[in-house]
Amino acid sequence: MTSPAAEVVLFDPELPWQRARSVALRPEPFGALVYSFGTRKLSFLKSELLVTVVQALAEHPSATATLAACDVPESQRPAYLKALADLARSEMIEVRTS
Amino acid sequence: MTAVLPSRPVERPTGGRLVDQFQYGLDAPICLTWELTYACNLACVHCLSSSGRRDPRELSTAEAEAVIDELQRMQVFYVNVGGGEPTVRPDFWHLLDYAIGHDVGVKFSTNGIKLDRGRAAQLARTDYVDVQISLDGATAEVNDRVRGTGSFATATRALENLAEAGMKDVKVSVVVTRENVGQLDEFKALTDRFGAQLRITRFRPSGRGADVWDQLHPTQAQQRELYAWLVANGDQVLTGDSFFHLSALGSALPGLNLCGAGRVVCLIDPVGDVYACPFAIHEQFLAGNVRSPGGFQQVWQHSELFADLRNPQTGGACTKCAHFDACRGGCMAAKFFTGLPLDGPDPECVQGYGETALAARDATTLTPKSHLDHSHTGPVRGQPTLLGMPAIPAKLCDESPLAGADLS
Repeated sequence: MTSPAAEVVLFDPELPWQRARSVALRPEPFGALVYSFGTRKLSFLKSELLVTVVQALAEHPSATATLAACDVPESQRPAYLKALADLARSEMIEVRTS
Repeated sequence: MTAVLPSRPVERPTGGRLVDQFQYGLDAPICLTWELTYACNLACVHCLSSSGRRDPRELSTAEAEAVIDELQRMQVFYVNVGGGEPTVRPDFWHLLDYAIGHDVGVKFSTNGIKLDRGRAAQLARTDYVDVQISLDGATAEVNDRVRGTGSFATATRALENLAEAGMKDVKVSVVVTRENVGQLDEFKALTDRFGAQLRITRFRPSGRGADVWDQLHPTQAQQRELYAWLVANGDQVLTGDSFFHLSALGSALPGLNLCGAGRVVCLIDPVGDVYACPFAIHEQFLAGNVRSPGGFQQVWQHSELFADLRNPQTGGACTKCAHFDACRGGCMAAKFFTGLPLDGPDPECVQGYGETALAARDATTLTPKSHLDHSHTGPVRGQPTLLGMPAIPAKLCDESPLAGADLS
């Protein structure tokens, strides 16, 4: 169920992304919990805007475009890209292929 | 004595550390333990739920399914199923499939009694199920003294069957005691041998554990060794974040260093009662029942008890301690069942304040007892020998005058 290291995709913000299909998201007062049924890992989205971004990934051509569409302030975009890179590494989000 | 819940102010802050968010509670638990039955084939001396006999009021299959439906609606991603011995419930395998079919993953703890080759193969084929085999000694000698004669053999046979079936990520779950804390490396070797993962958790004075706590809880010196071992090996073992009281010895251990009772953790017991934590089966920590109107969600989100627990501790001796941010005052259940105030030190406080507090207890202090006890009332086959009671042989022929005799 866990991808072998060789298959782990490096986070490229210009690619189309989506919440991984084996991942469930539960809204919470501080943001949301995400749980991967595949890796059994739990992670936390620590702002409501990040929750919106993760949910919206699937509707936009790239992660960068998603941040713009969700009105993430320019100054915060590097932090959001880093958060998305972390989520990619823990397999919470995946590259969209279709 | 009356235990006083810490006094509290209220507003949840925005942003900040997760630990600060978690102390205000969540819309649904992260770590929900569900004990399916109080029935158990064993009679472990330190059983946290005083299990043994089935409770006649146990949730029916239909009621258990309704709880699962509700957990699915609340997006409780997985449940930790235990008991008693959950697999002795005849509908256990049905409920397992039902939960998984409703997006509720299952991690269950078992002594291995029902995990023959067939069941092991079935589990290996099932997604979203994790198995934890309980073992409290790395050798039969140490284990069977507290879990009962033959229980080491049962557990290792189950581990063998699971390994043979190709079951992935099996856990061996160990409660750390004075008698097995010296075996941590041996436990690691044993679990490696079965391709399993080691999980060690803290021994609490809950259930029958209260009766043997003085005898079995690790000494201060052992706690320091345990801390050193966790710092050295922590990335390879699971701990259920249960040793956060040790964080006051130095740098914080990985995980959530906070009592999660009623905040991110709770227990549903076999009759549907909801307690703040699996180690707190006592009326004082009973928040409601899943059978009442509004079900589990009502209890989790609106019970008065849980609202009280979801407020940061602001008073009490511990808040003045330099290590409070590291250990947060330790384990609520450990304090409660040793008769200590809930806003004071943990009885195993590594700074030594717990021992002082224990010594200062009034001679008339009665430690609180749970209103529930499902312990076997008669002798049990393969009974533990820790308490000095004679064991009934696991098999009658073990003590036959002819057993082992060479009759050929």
